[in-house]
Order: sequence, then C-alpha cells, then structure tokens
Amino acid sequence: MTEAVVLVPLFPALGVLLNLIFSRRMSEAAVGIMACASVGASFLSAVVAVFGLSQMEAGHRAVETILYQWIGSGKFSADVGFLLDPLSSVMILVVTGVAFLIHVYSIGYMHGDPGVRRFFLYMNLFVFAMLLLVLGNSYVILFVGWEGVGLCSYLLIGFWYVKDSAANAGQKAFVVNRIGDFGFLLGMLLIIFNFGTLSFTKVFAEAPHVFNSGDFMVTLITLLMFLGATGKSAQLPLYIWLPDAMEGPTPVSALIHAATMVTAGVYMICRSHVLYDLAPASLVVVATVGCLTAFLAGTIALVQNDIKRVLAYSTVSQLGYMMLAAGVGAYTAAIFHLMTHAFFKALLFLGAGSVIHALHEEQDIRNMGGLRKIMPTTYKTFLIASLAIAGIPPLAGFMSKDEILYSTFNAGMGGWNTILWSLGIFTAFLTAFYMFRLVFKTFHGECRLDPERKKHAHESPPVVTIPLVALAFLSAVGGFLGIPIFLKYNVMHNWMGPLFAKVAQHGGEAAHAAHSLFAELSLMGISVVVATSGILLALIIILFRPGIAESIRQNYSGLYNLFLNKWWVDEMYNAVVIRPLWALSGFFWTEFDGKGIDGTLHGIANGAQVSGGWLSRLQTGFIQNYALTMAIGVAVIMILALF
Amino acid sequence: MGLPEIFFYYFAIMAVVTAGFAVTRPNPVYSVLFLVACFFHVAGLFVLLGAEFLAALQILVQAGALMVLYLFVVFLFNLSEAKSARVVHRQAGFAGIVSLILVALMVIFSVQGVFRGPFRELVRPQTTDNVSFVAGSLFTDFLLPFELASLVLLVVLFGAIVLGKREEGE
Amino acid sequence: MIGLTHYLILSAILFIIGVMGVLMRRNIIVILLSIELILTSVNLNLIAFSHFVNNPTGQVFVFFVLTIAAAEAALGLAILVTLYKNLESINVDDVNQLKG
Repeated sequence: MTEAVVLVPLFPALGVLLNLIFSRRMSEAAVGIMACASVGASFLSAVVAVFGLSQMEAGHRAVETILYQWIGSGKFSADVGFLLDPLSSVMILVVTGVAFLIHVYSIGYMHGDPGVRRFFLYMNLFVFAMLLLVLGNSYVILFVGWEGVGLCSYLLIGFWYVKDSAANAGQKAFVVNRIGDFGFLLGMLLIIFNFGTLSFTKVFAEAPHVFNSGDFMVTLITLLMFLGATGKSAQLPLYIWLPDAMEGPTPVSALIHAATMVTAGVYMICRSHVLYDLAPASLVVVATVGCLTAFLAGTIALVQNDIKRVLAYSTVSQLGYMMLAAGVGAYTAAIFHLMTHAFFKALLFLGAGSVIHALHEEQDIRNMGGLRKIMPTTYKTFLIASLAIAGIPPLAGFMSKDEILYSTFNAGMGGWNTILWSLGIFTAFLTAFYMFRLVFKTFHGECRLDPERKKHAHESPPVVTIPLVALAFLSAVGGFLGIPIFLKYNVMHNWMGPLFAKVAQHGGEAAHAAHSLFAELSLMGISVVVATSGILLALIIILFRPGIAESIRQNYSGLYNLFLNKWWVDEMYNAVVIRPLWALSGFFWTEFDGKGIDGTLHGIANGAQVSGGWLSRLQTGFIQNYALTMAIGVAVIMILALF
Repeated sequence: MGLPEIFFYYFAIMAVVTAGFAVTRPNPVYSVLFLVACFFHVAGLFVLLGAEFLAALQILVQAGALMVLYLFVVFLFNLSEAKSARVVHRQAGFAGIVSLILVALMVIFSVQGVFRGPFRELVRPQTTDNVSFVAGSLFTDFLLPFELASLVLLVVLFGAIVLGKREEGE
Repeated sequence: MIGLTHYLILSAILFIIGVMGVLMRRNIIVILLSIELILTSVNLNLIAFSHFVNNPTGQVFVFFVLTIAAAEAALGLAILVTLYKNLESINVDDVNQLKG
C-alpha cells in the first residue's frame, strides 16, 4: 500500500497538466472542481500510503521509492525518488489535507475573478512542488521542490500583477528567498564535497562516521542550510517578505504563507537532524534566532491595524517557535506545532478572508466591529482558532506550544535556554493579547463599519464556511495527537520518536524521559496562566476601557512607533543594503558598461571610420599623385638600402 | 683632356640641356623638337660607348618614328595651343623635392659603387663591330624574346587600330 | 678618364628630368614624352654597363626596350586620342573619375 506514495504528487501534477490544456474551455466551476479533485485524490493516496506505512514495524518505517536516475555525472548521481517515513508522512497528510480544504474555499472566494483558472493552475502547481519537497529522498529533489514553491509563491503573491504593490511584493519574496537559497546551495555543495552524494539515506548513515560532534565543517554546512531556512520560513533576517506577501489573495496567504511553504525550512531542519545533532553550535543559533524572531514579530503584531498583517506577523512568530523547538532538539515538537499551526493559522486566514470579502475588501480592523452577529459561523471558527493559537487547553495550540516551551526549559544549553524560555513565555503572552485584540476589534464592540458596507455585509456561502468548520474541528482536537507524555499514549511521539532518536544528544527526546512530573505540570500551568492573562488584558483594554489603549499609545509613543514601523527593519535594509547595491550597479552601468565597454566599441567603430576617412583622401583620382607616391616609395627603399 | 672626353662632355651637357628644355616648354611641339635633339646627343653617347648599331636604331626608331608620330597627333588634333591655365601641376613643389632627393640618392649609389659584381663572364669572343656583337647574343640566347617582341608589335598594331577607330556617325 | 660612374650619373640626371616631367606637367603629351626620356636614360645606363662589363646582354636589352617604348608610345597616343575625343581636353587633371 505504500506504493500509493507515488500517486501523491502525481495527482496535482495531473491537475496542472489538465488545467494547462483544457481550462480555457472549462467553466469556472469546473476548473475549481478539477483542482480540488486532484488535491483530494492526492490526500486519499496519502492516507492509503501512510496507513501502509503504519502497518510496518516501528523503527523500520522507511520506504524509499526510486523512479529513475536523473543525474549521472562521474561519481555523482542523483535519482528522482520518494522517501516515505514518519516525518514525510505527517507532512504529506497536512499538506494535502489543508490544501484540499483551502482549494474548496477558493472556489467560493475567487468566484468571479478573471484569473481564476490561472489561480487554480498555480495552486495545483504549488501543491505538487510542496509534495516533491517533503517526499524527496535527497536534497536534490528537496531543492527542486524548494525552488518550485518559491516560484509558485512569487506567482501567487503577484497574482493581481496589475497592482504595483502586488508585483513588488512578489519580487521581494523571490529575491529575499534567493538570498536564503544561496546559503542552502552552498550547504548542499559542501555536502557533496564531503559525502559525494545528496541522498538522505546515504548522507545520514555516514554522517556520524565522517564528522565528530562540533566539527567546523558540519557546523558550516548546517548554518548555511539554516540561512536557506530563514529565507523560506521567514526568520530573522530574511522574514521581511512575508508581511508584504499579504498582497496575494487570502487563500494563498492561508495555504502558502501559513500552513505549508513557510514550514519547509522547519521540515528541512528536522529532516537533516542527523547533521544538526552533530553541530550543537548551529542548534544554539537556530534556537536563538527562532526565539528572537518569535518575540520581534509578536511585538510588531501588537499594533498592526490590517487584519492580514497581524496574522502575517503571527505566522512569523509561530515559525520562530518551531525553529526554537528544532534548536533545542525537540524535532517532534517542532513538527507537531507545524501541524497544529497549519490548522489554526489556515483557519484564521480563511476566516479573515471571509470577513474581507463580506465587507467588500475592507481590511483595516479599526473600521470593523460587531461582526459576530452578522457572520456567526466565521466568528465562531475564528474564535476557536484564536483560542488555539493563544494556547488554551485542550485546543491544539496548547499541546504543541507547551511541548516546545517544556523542551526549551529542559534543554541543556547551560542556562541560555532559560533565557530563551522566558522570552518564549513572554511571547506567548503577546500572542494571546494580539490575537484577542484582533478578535475583539473585528467581531465585538460597536460596529464601526461605514453604512454602505454594513448593508451588504453577510455571512459567506457554504463553500467558504464548510472548510472553516472542518479546520476548526481539527484545531480543536488535533492536539490530542500529541498529548503530554504522562498520559501514556502520545501518537506523535510514538510515530516519530524512533526517527529522531538515533543521534539525539541533548535536549528534546532524551530529556523527556528523565524529568519530574511536577516540573511538567507546573510549566503547563504557567503557560495557561500566561495565555489567560493575555486574553483578559485584551478584553479589558480593547472592549471595556479603550481609553487605556489611547493613553498607552501616547505615553509609550516611542515603543508604539517602534512596533508600528516594524522596528524599521525594511528601512534599515533599504539604507544599508539596497541603496548601496543600486548605487554600485548604477556605477558599474555608467562607468564600466557605458563608458568602458560601449566607449571601447564606439571608439573602435569611430576609429575605423575616421581612419577610413583619412585613408580615402589618398585616392585623389589624379594620376600624377599616384606617380608621386611611387617615386616616394622608391626613394624610401633606396634610403633603406643605403643603411 | 683628350678628344673622347671633350665629346663626352659635349654630348652629356647638351643632352641634359635639351632634355630640360623639352620638359619645360608649354607648347608641346617645342617639347617634341627639343626631345629629338636630345635623342641625337644620346645617340652620340651611344657611339662613344661603342654601340653604333644601337645609336643608329635610336635615331631611326625613337627620333625618326616616335617623335614624328607625336607630331602627327599634335597637328592632327590641333593640340599645340596650351589648353591648361597652369603649366605646372599643383604638386610640383613637393615633387621637385622628392625628385632631387631621388637623384641625390642615385648619384650616391653610383659613386659608392654599390652595384658591384659579380658580373657574368664574357660569353662570346670579342668581335670588331657592334652589329655582330649584338647579333651574336641576340639570335642565340635571346631568340625567344626576339620573336615575342614581334608579337608585341603585332598586338600593339591591333590595339592602336581598335582604339583609334571612328565610331558610327562621327 | 670617363668611367662608368660618369655615365651612371648622367643617366640618373636624365632619368630625374624625365620623372620631373611626369610629375610636374599637366599636358598629357608632355607626360608621354617624359616617359620616353626616362626610357632613353635607361638605355644609356644599359649600354654603359654593357660596354664596361664587356657583355652584349645590355645592348640586347636596349633592343627590346626600344621596341617596347615604341609600342607603348603608339598605344599611349591612341588612348590620348580617344580621351581627347571624349573630354575635349588633354589636361591630366581632368582624368580624375576614379577619385575616392
């Protein structure tokens, strides 16, 4: 049954092909149904394949299917193949499942848009590329998928390319990702250099024999690949593209920039855990970067007024949590959070899309309010997702986030991990606060809509709300897949533990065994208290005493402006990196290209023409001039003969 | 100063003088006549050098035939009036300088004896008169060029007729 | 004693006079005459060498030079006549259609 894994990327690819050939003649609805069907079929294949995998003995759950040899160059060869193991199985289920729901949602959301066929083409292409990324059996296939999702991200962010801001956002995303990919490629090249192959099974089998823990080379490799992860997963310093990516249609934001593509970096690190476990220094870097990103993005999300921006920065923040988990060696926790985050973040975005559509493209939360009566289903699902992300038990977010914080607390980083943990806890507080600020401002209170919009505001059609409900269900119960270990049956750990157990050296997996029940419960308690207080604070400030918000804004205007302006990171990049590069390019253009190369070429051409002009004066047409020339020639020869 | 020397200097100076005049007269008829005189003196020089046959040839062919031909053309087309505003070409000055340089060079070469041997040994025994001296070599070693020369003359004959033909209606 | 050098210098002078005539006169007839002069100076040179080296080759050469000089003069005049018929001028400056 695991052979079905081949069908998983095949169906979306088929969808792409059919869309390319036939979509012109198909109706809008038919195109949408075809796209959903291909992803749905992919999901079913994934279920079958994973079920087949589960029938296998734990600890040996790895099925490598090689289709054909793609590159054969001397000693280096790369195959096109798929590796189905616990890690990739979780990923394909999440990707295809969430993607299916979002495709269904898109039928309603993109209704009437002139580019809807193109939309579904890109969406299917994206799913295909993402599946390649997570199913690939080597860094080569992973990278192909990596670039593919980058391309689709660009295409979909700039979907409404007529709009300047959308086109620029797409370009920004692609360029920033490119910078990360540069690091990733260097890392891959170093792997080839050290291992002679990029195949996962071979590299990870040999790594402990080739490298010692803490070797410079393996640290370099892992850091370079992490650079790629910061680009794709929007961490410091390359997160800047994600907020701008909100220019794309909301389903795109939900699928790509919340649930799937941005998790590629996390997946990659978890996949390469063998290498990362051999480079503790890199892991510290990963954890620190992740934690800082989470904190930074959380502060920015506090004060944003565009509903999608808040969610975008929230995504960056939650990705930081995933990186933090990976950095402390808790790979299972990272993937668990990835899964739950996919559920509730996709739901949040889809809910936001529902609101935006209902309010006729209004996105500023200051102009919303009181929508819970007008759009009850959207409100309820949104609320569930917000509770999940804030970390309220027993919803999904609580389980995953708590596990991350617990692992961080227990990690063996000589005290640094405690600082990270406190920052993480504080960010959890921020998360709860800004999410419920969003909820209260959008759905509660008095309605600040302008009257025209209010008249036409209505709940979205079922094709939109049904996916919302499905995701809400998953956000609610998804957490039970990873309930804390003391309750004995932890699906996630049983499923993925053996995969990560092999080279685990510090933190995460090993530490789970040796701890006290008391520590775990009290940490859990702290998380809950922090989350609840965040919600209460939001309740007070936003709903009951709006004046406090105003006074805070005025008294702490420095901080407020810092957060509102995103810590001026974009501006700083502009000044430090972009302007000098532009100036340098301009300089090269005018000096070397303009004067140098063009000048030389023009000069040569000009020279030829001028010298031709001179020489043509020799041909006067007068015979005696020619005779004189001959006489001069003879004289010259005679003079030469004299000496 | 013996007689040969006097004759040499006479012939030489007269040749140069008449040549100079020939080249500088505006009226082409005068030029032709002066050139005829020059040829006579050059023929004298030939005689001094023991080439009587060639001296006779020089007078017969060059002075007699060629110069008469030139005179024919000049008179036939009434070219005796100077038809150009300037006698001397614009490039004359520079040409003069170059010419002077050339002559200086040539004199230097001659004086320095640049053209030194090895000269070919005498092939035929000494004979008393010039005709047999020339003929001995002409009809043996240079027989082919001799025949070809007659061919050349034939071709020139054709050429001149073709070029000088009257067009229809002229 | 009149030696080879005297004759060489003399022929050089005659040669140059002819060259000057070619380079400096505008009347085509005079140019052609100057060419005859050049050829004559060459003849003188050849005969001088022939005499002083005691070799008939020089004189044989003069024979041919005379022939060719005659041929060239005839053709030159024929061309001159044609030119005159077309251009109405025997000024060499008017024959400049190959000016580039």
